[in-house]
Amino acid sequence: MADKAILFDATKCTACRGCQVACKSWNERQAVDTKCDGTLENPPDLSNQTWLKMEFREEGNNGDLRWLFTRRSCMHCTEAACVKVCPTGALFYHPDGFVSYAKEKCSGCGYCSQFCPFNVPRLDTNRVTGKGTMDKCTACTTGGFNRIDNGLPPACVKTCPTGALTYGDRDELITTGRARVQQLMVQGHTNANLYGENVVGGTHVLYVLEDSPSVYGLVENPEVPVVATAWQDIVKPAGYAVAGLVAAGLLLNVMVARINLLRKAKKEKEGK
Amino acid sequence: MTNHFIDFRNADYILIIGSNPAENHPISFKWITEAVTRGAKVINVDPRFTRTSSKAHFYARIRSGTDIAFIGGMIYWVIQDIEAHPENYNMDYIKNYTNAAFIVNNSVKLPNDIGQDGVFSGFDSTTNQYDKATWQYGNTATPETDTTLQDPYCVFQLLKKHFSRYTLDKVSQITGCPKDRIEAIYGEFAKSGAKGKAGTILYAMGATQHTYGSQNIRAYAILQSLLSNMGIAGGGINALRGTSNVQGSTDQALLWEFLPGYIIVPVDTDTDLGTFMKRAKETPITPKGLVWDKAVHWKNNYDKYIVSLLKAWYGENATKDNSFGFHYLPKAKTGANYSHIAMIDAISRGTIEGVWIWGQNPAAGGPNSNGARTALANLKWLVMTDLWLNETAEFWRRPGVNPADIQTEVIILPAAGSYEKEGSISNSGRWVQWRYKAVDPPGEAMPDLEAINMVMEKLKELYEADTSAPNREAITKLAWDYGGEITSDKVAKEMNGYDLTAKKLATDFVSTLKNDGTTSSGNWLHCGQYPEEGKNLAQRRDPVDVSPNKVGLHSNWAWSWPFNRRIIYSRASVDFDGKPWDSKRPVLLWDAANKKWLGDIVDGGGEPINLAPAGDKRGALIMTNEGVLKMWGRALVDGPLPEVYEPWESPVTNLMSGQQINPVSYISTYMNERGTVDKYPYVGTTYRCTDHWQTGIMTRNLPWLVELSPNMYVEIGEDLASNLGIKKGDKVKVSSARGDIEAVAVVTRRFQKIQVNGTTIHHIGILWHWGYSGLSKGDSGNILTPNVGDANTAIPESKTFLCNVTKV
Repeated sequence: MADKAILFDATKCTACRGCQVACKSWNERQAVDTKCDGTLENPPDLSNQTWLKMEFREEGNNGDLRWLFTRRSCMHCTEAACVKVCPTGALFYHPDGFVSYAKEKCSGCGYCSQFCPFNVPRLDTNRVTGKGTMDKCTACTTGGFNRIDNGLPPACVKTCPTGALTYGDRDELITTGRARVQQLMVQGHTNANLYGENVVGGTHVLYVLEDSPSVYGLVENPEVPVVATAWQDIVKPAGYAVAGLVAAGLLLNVMVARINLLRKAKKEKEGK
Repeated sequence: MTNHFIDFRNADYILIIGSNPAENHPISFKWITEAVTRGAKVINVDPRFTRTSSKAHFYARIRSGTDIAFIGGMIYWVIQDIEAHPENYNMDYIKNYTNAAFIVNNSVKLPNDIGQDGVFSGFDSTTNQYDKATWQYGNTATPETDTTLQDPYCVFQLLKKHFSRYTLDKVSQITGCPKDRIEAIYGEFAKSGAKGKAGTILYAMGATQHTYGSQNIRAYAILQSLLSNMGIAGGGINALRGTSNVQGSTDQALLWEFLPGYIIVPVDTDTDLGTFMKRAKETPITPKGLVWDKAVHWKNNYDKYIVSLLKAWYGENATKDNSFGFHYLPKAKTGANYSHIAMIDAISRGTIEGVWIWGQNPAAGGPNSNGARTALANLKWLVMTDLWLNETAEFWRRPGVNPADIQTEVIILPAAGSYEKEGSISNSGRWVQWRYKAVDPPGEAMPDLEAINMVMEKLKELYEADTSAPNREAITKLAWDYGGEITSDKVAKEMNGYDLTAKKLATDFVSTLKNDGTTSSGNWLHCGQYPEEGKNLAQRRDPVDVSPNKVGLHSNWAWSWPFNRRIIYSRASVDFDGKPWDSKRPVLLWDAANKKWLGDIVDGGGEPINLAPAGDKRGALIMTNEGVLKMWGRALVDGPLPEVYEPWESPVTNLMSGQQINPVSYISTYMNERGTVDKYPYVGTTYRCTDHWQTGIMTRNLPWLVELSPNMYVEIGEDLASNLGIKKGDKVKVSSARGDIEAVAVVTRRFQKIQVNGTTIHHIGILWHWGYSGLSKGDSGNILTPNVGDANTAIPESKTFLCNVTKV
């Protein structure tokens, strides 16, 4: 079966945020208690209640001011770090290629959020029990809320008024996306690109951008951390097969700690 | 709208001025995006760089309130270009479908004529009113024309003379927009004047909420007439209505000056139906010397519409002998204003004792909220029909007020929402679409129709009993016979109307409605929507586009007034032989073999001009009594042409003349302090965001929408914020002469300072969605806005006023 995908054409997005609300409405996510922080974005971040967030960026100035809008949500990677590191099988590939999630299997370990190259999964830890729960966009494949298996487009796509979001066969969307990029280049957007076609094995959310991904605040070259690949392909099978599970778990913990240190150092360097 | 939403996709040039469709009419951007994907160019003119601007090919930042300068400059640019390159324009259209060639009374004086100093002839400075006598055509019965467009008193030459002062330099000085950008936009949009090209103008409250708002729209009308953009696919002047059924409610007489179907309200000097008809009815006037020779005007049938309306209301009690019950109708006082601002004023003076409000929120939605809230306490009673408790319903317990001090009795009637009742909704494109009930209303909430029926039944009983009640027959003689069973289906049939002799539903207003009392119609515009039993055309849901070349008329989806016509002035889309000017996007086509029109419903009927017999060669427009697009106007109270004036509160003096403000502006004296630039140096302008709707009562109670925009905020340019030491997220105080509010500062590059003739102008963008009721609370932007309004409509000047901002 051909993989499905969502195509987000940023050049057609007016940031009405209908997608953001439709996502909450369909998936029964709670409203987050927010405050206006002097920008037009809210909630401040993704969370287990907010799976999709639109971001706004003002680029340039008076004469050449641009206002760019980006979608922040799960990219549904083909080589998904989160699926690789999930120790309980809660995260898995839906037959259409999306990264789905069975919440009841989640142990709250948080590895998925540590390894995701797009910084998407969020762990909300209960302060009393200490138990964390993860949640993220499943492209509307969550059990009980499954639109995809019922032949419907994801809620965000369904509600998009301008056609910035479309849903269909990934191959066809790539053709559409490439043609749109060509059109944008002809119109003078020399940095126009189709984001997600090849990175991390190819994502199932593709972006048409009129400028480089970094201008939109997107990771230029997302990669699955080597450690995650090692975990799934070597340690995890071995660990489950023999009695080395605890040791393997410890090893992963060390790796996570190490990665966290590196991330922190990088962030400090960037002055964030 | 003259056209409709889907039709935006047909445009080659889309001029968005005084509106922000990307944020305030999100679905409309579907069709704009389709046009752009096809290669259309979007031009956006706005003081603020909006999400619409972010999608535009050309953006012009102009000072708020300077639309007439900007568009006036474009009119002059186009006139000069027409003279230099007539081959680039549709001269046949300009000469025969507009009043360009009409000769005007030669005693008319323009604002720049000697001694006029910014006003037109006929101005009386003691009353601040115009006498329109000199604005009429030289020959009022059969106007003379000059199709060479050379006569100094022909409309084209008067336009040229008037707008010759609107040079690029002058426009740049007034608007603050750089000259090269202005000229690039003029040149771009002027391309839509070619045959086969289409340009549309999309406007909203950014255009209307000025003391010269109607003249802003007149400027668009003149431009679109010169560019032959009216009546064609992808053209027109499209007012994006901000409420799902505001078109429908306006059609049903939401505005005080109209009865249903835009029939003017009778006044106290209309002593009988005959007197009223003499004032209201306009007979068509046919000019000499054009290719057509018969004007067809809708107001020529006024008597049929009002008599049918009276029959719908008073039934058997409306007879030929009693002028069909015309005397039952309440009459307005001649010259009195009953608009929103005037109503609040009358409440403050105790003239109005009780008010019943349906789905409105004057304590936050009208201008000068503090004034409105204060006035409400003078009411003896107030009935609120709404989905939620809003600021008006809770005015008596608002912050800073002791409820014991307020004696007004407030009654709340919970209303059903749109998914909890059945009925029609008319969209911005005049499509009447039937909707069905999805769920029952909660608790005691009920549809408006049921609520008003219960009240009317009781009123009838009380008026029957009280023989001394004033004008009691207005109620007792009503044909209000629903009993306990009122349905929207029955009302829809009454609006459509009946042939009372044949006891059948009326088929349409031309062939059925009569002035002799044998027909009824509650709203002639809707006549034809329900032509036979079981056939409510508003219920149609056939999405197949059957129009020639599939221009998106979708004529079998729902029903649009009048006559299911999808594009108003459609007759202007064809040449004298009935061939469309634009063969790719035909609105109408003459089928010579079968002698009928294909496509949209033709304006006015008859054959194409060249085929029709002499005496029946019909004018392009039925909406004006001279049968053409009126570039020169004779109806508005503040001038035959738009002229530059400054807002009531402005940081600068008028650079165009010595007349500072529109002299006919509607200015209330009620709690209406006027600010000056020394105390209030910045230009405030109000608008809406995508996440909230109007005063927020439908959205500030929904957690998901509150999450998106939780607090009242104002937008401030980075340059001004830096001067004032304001950072994003800071709490600021914004004040005007009427009051002050607190808000969160959103600091942005999307507002920038504007240089106007050496003065630096900063704008403050003010949301008006908040108030003290609901889940998300905040100060109301309308606390700042003034009680002044447009000369013609009294719509408040919310888009430009003076304010100050300080960090709290």
